[in-house]
Amino acid sequence: MNRQIIRLSTVAMVLLTVLIAATTYWQTWARPALAERQDNAIQRVAQFSIQRGKIATSGRLLAANRKKIVDGRPLFFRRYPQGALTAHVVGYSTASRARTGLESSLNDFLTASNSRLSTIVDNSLNQFRGKPIKGNNVELTIDLAAQKVALDALGTQCGAVAAFDPRTGAVRVLASAPSFNPNAVENNFGSISRIKADCVPASPLVNRATAGLYPPGSTFKVVTTAAALESKKFTPDSLFTDPGYCIEYGKQVHNFADQNGPEVFGRIALKDALVHSVNSVFCNIGKALGARAILAQAKRFGFYAPPPLETPVGERTPSGLYSHRKLYDPRIDSNVDPGRLAFGQERMLVTPLQMVMVAGAIGNGGVLMQPYVVSRIVAPGGGTIQQTTPTSLGRAVSKNSATQISEMMLGVVQRGTGTAAAIPGYTVAGKTGTAETSVTGRNTTWFICFAGPNDGSPPTIAVAVVLEGQTRTGGVTAAPIARQVMQALLTSASNP
Amino acid sequence: MSSRNRELANLVLVAILGTAAFGSAWIGRHNTVSPRALVGVAIVAGIYVVAHLVTRFAVPLADPTLLPLAALLTAVGLTVNYRLDPADGRRQATWVALGVLAYAVILVALRFDYRILERYKYLFGVSAIVLLLLPSVPHLGTRVNGVRLWIRVGSYQFQPGEIAKIFLVLFLAGYLRDKREALAQGRLKDFGPLLAIWGAAMLVIVETNDLGSALLNFGIFLGMLYVATGRVSYVFAGLTLFLGGAAVLYTALARVQERVTIWLHPWTDVKVFCPVNGTFDYRQNCQSYQLVKSFYSIAHGGFGGTGISRGTFTTVDGIQLIPALNTDFIYSAIAQELGLIGASAVLLVFMVFVARGMRIALISQDGFSKLLAAGLTFGLALQTFIILGGVLRVMPLTGITMPFVSYGGSSILANFAVVALLLLVSQRAHAATGER
Repeated sequence: MNRQIIRLSTVAMVLLTVLIAATTYWQTWARPALAERQDNAIQRVAQFSIQRGKIATSGRLLAANRKKIVDGRPLFFRRYPQGALTAHVVGYSTASRARTGLESSLNDFLTASNSRLSTIVDNSLNQFRGKPIKGNNVELTIDLAAQKVALDALGTQCGAVAAFDPRTGAVRVLASAPSFNPNAVENNFGSISRIKADCVPASPLVNRATAGLYPPGSTFKVVTTAAALESKKFTPDSLFTDPGYCIEYGKQVHNFADQNGPEVFGRIALKDALVHSVNSVFCNIGKALGARAILAQAKRFGFYAPPPLETPVGERTPSGLYSHRKLYDPRIDSNVDPGRLAFGQERMLVTPLQMVMVAGAIGNGGVLMQPYVVSRIVAPGGGTIQQTTPTSLGRAVSKNSATQISEMMLGVVQRGTGTAAAIPGYTVAGKTGTAETSVTGRNTTWFICFAGPNDGSPPTIAVAVVLEGQTRTGGVTAAPIARQVMQALLTSASNP
Repeated sequence: MSSRNRELANLVLVAILGTAAFGSAWIGRHNTVSPRALVGVAIVAGIYVVAHLVTRFAVPLADPTLLPLAALLTAVGLTVNYRLDPADGRRQATWVALGVLAYAVILVALRFDYRILERYKYLFGVSAIVLLLLPSVPHLGTRVNGVRLWIRVGSYQFQPGEIAKIFLVLFLAGYLRDKREALAQGRLKDFGPLLAIWGAAMLVIVETNDLGSALLNFGIFLGMLYVATGRVSYVFAGLTLFLGGAAVLYTALARVQERVTIWLHPWTDVKVFCPVNGTFDYRQNCQSYQLVKSFYSIAHGGFGGTGISRGTFTTVDGIQLIPALNTDFIYSAIAQELGLIGASAVLLVFMVFVARGMRIALISQDGFSKLLAAGLTFGLALQTFIILGGVLRVMPLTGITMPFVSYGGSSILANFAVVALLLLVSQRAHAATGER
């Protein structure tokens, strides 16, 4: 019988070996695909055993951890000490909902699952010591005081404020109203869906500063002016005759109208047309340049690409012409009405972040700096893992054109439509915008600007403000908010 | 060194490993390092010291590795059960103590000659079938997950299938020893009792829905039939009969169909009818929920595992993710916390156990002893394969216990009885040859 017993042993051994092979399959071969599966609750829970990195800005915590012992081991839940103040840019990380904001896009750093050697060594040591894995800490460039000024100034209105340093690209303010309390996302999401504001739906979760699409109105005239000057066909002193309207496809398109009817300026130079925001002048420039020339200039400001920032790409929307909810880049000029495009109507839609890039590039002598909100990523031990260095996105306009447009925008604040933004003791240049919407009497209003000390040194701050559903103009509604934010930033200690 | 001293040395080695493992689980739960962690270890070590002393008295020449291997596997089981639920860990320790008691009783009672058992082979055979069918007796059996596996006496649950397995091996060892020459000649009339066993296996499936137990017992029968007759054709004939029967049952029994469907398609991309709550849902959220969560658990362990008490088995609210984690799915807990290295090590321990068991079968002198040792050993290997194969999606999942490791009293008792019987056979073989 021994021969049979040996064979039976072989069968038993083969069966057990198959089990080792199957275990190897699941734990090595199939592992990455399983970790990605939606219903993998273990993977989702395991994330909470990691002590996520903190997010802070100039020493103030924006995202921290609350330790809770579950089933005998520590789990770390997110806590947002600043609540609604930085909800959009920081985002949230919860068990019940997908991550948003920097919590999503920087997850690899915050959970220390990036492939940097120092991180891997730290993790292995912590695992060996039985300590929770600690994520990398993130430092932001946001100025909390100015952020609060911006959000308070927006109040119950729907809109957004974006501000950055045009010399470096460091984002100082990224406010979207209405905001929400990220601490309520996990257990009280109902309270967020019940948030009310002056617009319907209130959409508090949308980061309007980077994902809100609005008609730019007259602020787009800055882009048109840039295209006009760069084309060499026009100078600031080019003269136009303004009858109060311009003729488009045989129809009159009127200038901005008050109770006395459309304004009529008669003979007017380009530089004054921007100061007073004369539609007919830009309409004629648009017709002379063609739509594609203006769009080409817009692209040099960053249009037709998601505005660069560290937040998830899905939370940043490209600016440009939109047709049927899709970005639309015309192949021939005649597909687009160049006159209406030139003063910011047509189907042009922009984000506040894009418009602050336009103002910033003009203020920075024509050079567009890449906006960034993450200044530093630091290992839990303190070593710097990644430091952001200011990066240029290239020249948007020549230095000469930038200076000329700056002069015109200074005029807007000194004697034009944007006087409400003036700050004594500082140089402020800006452009107002009042865009009609499909609802009559309800406008989207804008103010874009840059400012600095009045000693001739370069501007230190650029701001874009947008407001939804306004009955008055951008100069009256948006410019005062821009002024408050600029004041907070210009006097802030953290803004050298 | 004598066999018993080697056994003691092996047990000391197991005690060191067990202390490290249980200590990790204890520290993980209490977040402090304290000598109190050693109390549990000391109690279990004490139980095994008793086991060792009884072995020394009753079967001094027997194999020195089986008891330490069983101790190592129960140590893994106790640690994981304690880690998942300390109360279960303590109950399991009680069962280990009772298992060692049963082990001691069997060793002492049969220390002169276990072969008297051969006289009662038909009694064992009938008892095995009665035990297997016991759970389907109305008012006595209870259904767990649609399977009649348990009998309930008062507040006390018992799984008779585990004991039936040993009775079946005892019956087959006696019966096949008697009839092996006749069977080897292939005369039809000798196959009557064997066809009866096949019929009984089918009856058990129909009556109790317990596929795993039927497969295990029929597999043991085929293995022992092969050892007795040396005819591979019998094995194929038996397998054909079993698979044929199973195929007929597949169309007849919804439960068998469900098990196969879950095995072939645990995930669906579209929502399918979910009989659990009568709605439409993805199968991974419904019938195969448990199995799929177990795959995630195993995969999460990766190569080195998360470490004892550092695995994830609950939601953030502390709700258990995998039902039946400490019985049918204990391997997915082991695989997550100990990783590929640890899980493979556990399987290697089983392989060593099987190798030692088969060695006992090889060196023993008489047919009854050979068949008994080979049958018990093969049964242990096959049982491990059936449950872990189900957990690892090698075959459809059928709920039986992982020997020595799963939580459960009847399983622990039965497996200690297996060790006792193997040691008795080993003692006799070594005594006869004079080999130590």
